[in-house]
Amino acid sequence: MELNNSKIKIKAKNLNVFYGKKQALFDINLDINQKEVTALIGPSGCGKSTFIRCINRMNDVIDICKVEGSVEIDGAEINEKNVDVVTLREKVGMVFQKPNPFPKSIYDNIAYGPIIHGAAENKNQMDNIVETSLKKAALWDEVKDRLNEPGTSLSGGQQQRLCIARALSVNPEVILMDEPCSALDPIATAKIEELIDDLKKSYTIVIVTHSMAQAVRVSQKTGFFHLGKIIEVDSTEKIFKNPANKMTQDYITGRFG
Amino acid sequence: MNSLIAGVILILCLSSYFFGRSEARKLVTQNIKLKALPAYYGYYLSLWCGLPALIIFGCWSLFEPTIIKVLILNNFPQIESKDLFYEQTLSFFNGNFSGEITNEIKAASIKYSSINIIAQNSKIVIIAAALIGSLTFAYRKIQKNNKARDDVEIILKVLLFTSSLVAILTTVGIIVSLLFESLKFFSTINIFEFIFGTSWSPQRAFVRDASAITPEELLELQDAFGSVPLFAGTAFIALIAMCVAVPIGLFSGIYLAEYASTKVRKYSKPIIEILAGIPTVVYGFFAALTVGPFFRTLGESLGLTVSSESALAAGLIMGVMIIPYISSLSDDVINSVPQSLREGSYAVGATKSETIKKVVIPAALPGIIGSILLAVSRAIGETMIVVMAAGLAANLTINPLESTTTITTQIVMILVGDQEFDSPKTQAAFALGLTLFIATLILNYIALRVVKKYREKYD
Ligand SMILES: Nc1ncnc2c1ncn2[C@@H]1O[C@H](COP(=O)(O)OP(=O)(O)O)[C@@H](O)[C@H]1O
Ligand SMILES: [Mg+2]
Repeated sequence: MELNNSKIKIKAKNLNVFYGKKQALFDINLDINQKEVTALIGPSGCGKSTFIRCINRMNDVIDICKVEGSVEIDGAEINEKNVDVVTLREKVGMVFQKPNPFPKSIYDNIAYGPIIHGAAENKNQMDNIVETSLKKAALWDEVKDRLNEPGTSLSGGQQQRLCIARALSVNPEVILMDEPCSALDPIATAKIEELIDDLKKSYTIVIVTHSMAQAVRVSQKTGFFHLGKIIEVDSTEKIFKNPANKMTQDYITGRFG
Repeated sequence: MNSLIAGVILILCLSSYFFGRSEARKLVTQNIKLKALPAYYGYYLSLWCGLPALIIFGCWSLFEPTIIKVLILNNFPQIESKDLFYEQTLSFFNGNFSGEITNEIKAASIKYSSINIIAQNSKIVIIAAALIGSLTFAYRKIQKNNKARDDVEIILKVLLFTSSLVAILTTVGIIVSLLFESLKFFSTINIFEFIFGTSWSPQRAFVRDASAITPEELLELQDAFGSVPLFAGTAFIALIAMCVAVPIGLFSGIYLAEYASTKVRKYSKPIIEILAGIPTVVYGFFAALTVGPFFRTLGESLGLTVSSESALAAGLIMGVMIIPYISSLSDDVINSVPQSLREGSYAVGATKSETIKKVVIPAALPGIIGSILLAVSRAIGETMIVVMAAGLAANLTINPLESTTTITTQIVMILVGDQEFDSPKTQAAFALGLTLFIATLILNYIALRVVKKYREKYD
């Protein structure tokens, strides 16, 4: 168990990111272990989102954004021209800060990814995928009778779980979550945290969070970002009990940020 | 004279602003705590000085000619054609009358000059009285340290309300007159013949007093006003226009919103919008002089008979005219689809075109449909291009190479030249106008509803 946990899934090496002339990340080196939750904390604007968007090359979408350096997943470089981003993103799913269900039915929201990748041969298989995904996201019981209603008709917390189900629908190995609970109330947040705990058995999860308590509750490893640099990475326990860096200490005790 | 009066009023307004302000400041030096900033007292005095005088001035100028006319004509009850007589008197008075000068005209013009002088003088007196009265009133109020701020607010509110009232009332007035003239038309011509009749030949109801039409003639006229060819022509040309404008406009909108770099967008969007600023008459002669003949020669070389005025030429150019509406509206609509939806789609591995096709366009669809409907209503109401390029013959045809005609063209045709106002032919223009108005109203209403509903979803 201990051995499996420490296997490295994602490895960022000397990662530098620029928005136009402005550098947002400086020489990031970070290892993310398989099947555990890695939390990224740090004050706003320190580059947490920028970093996790490097892992599924979401920064490609932004014209002015330039990524230098290397990100390896299972030892394979993803920052190369010939890497197929479609396959990459099939493997690395993402959940966003604000729930962003498509203006389609609940069913179609989940079926969207599998249809694009041709994952189902018939309606039956698709029904299956939808059901499993919703079950994995702990949403099935709440929506099974209203699959044809628009996804936007759900509550915020349900919408976010719908988005998690959508990410799970294409069988990813990694799930990136960018402050997934920041738009949710405490009860919905608790549900998502519970879900994350469950999901880490099968998925590698990277979560950006503003809440120290959340990082402590869900993650095994924590990285502290500040002004585009990684200040400290260690086991969550170590970071929050006995941080090596003074800045980390100040941040987690709420002295800045 | 009139401009002098207006000038004096405006100058007084301006100076009373400064006067009111300084008066208010004086109060301050007497250690009285003002209820508003001194400038408000300036505005207050200035508004009170200007408004009553200007209102009286406006009303006076509006009604003076009619009143004078009535006063003069009352003196000449024996004259037959009173309007003509009065016109002649006026031109004689102004020294540019070239007809036979009768004694009555001379007498009337003398009368006119005396009434005119009285009117001028009393106007000046009344306006001066109003100025002095309202100024004193406002000045007293200032001395009593009134709540000038609130009063100014109220006056401005009333002013703005009146403006919008004028706007609304004129619209209502136009609609009502449209309605009444149409009703007159439908009292001579059967409304079902108008709506369902397939032959349009209003020239058969040549200039003639409606009251003088005999019942036999009326019966014969009934089928002269079948508007189906006009509606068919209008719809047909609009359809051709939309066939051009929707794909091109929509695709260019998508390109601008999704693919174009900021730089391209910055320059190409204004360029496309310039198309919308070209006067339609320019499109019209382009259609009539360039595109029409081009199709004709092209058709001839293919062995087709193409009329030099064709629905195709008109529709095509109208489509070009409408492109910018659709492209810039759909560009806006697509842009307002939240970026997070696109990222959600990319995140499960969709490509850009898949994302556009399956997420962006469906999300923007209501807005796009709204913009298309707005464009259709523009196409239906468009006149110049069809007048110049589509022809006048009310053919009921679906051959785009023949000439057709539209509602707007026929309205123009009917009203060009001298017309008796109460002949059925002229009234037909109102009936056409009314139907056109209703059609575009419905289209616009639906379009705005659709667009609004879509906005609510993301705001
Ligand atoms: N699309 C963008 N264009 C330009 N600058 C950006 C963009 N996104 C982020 N940045 C900049 O990059 C830095 C890091 O941002 P981000 O990664 O969003 O921080 P965090 O998620 O930690 O709050 C910030 O200074 C931000 O202003
Ligand atoms: Mg962020």
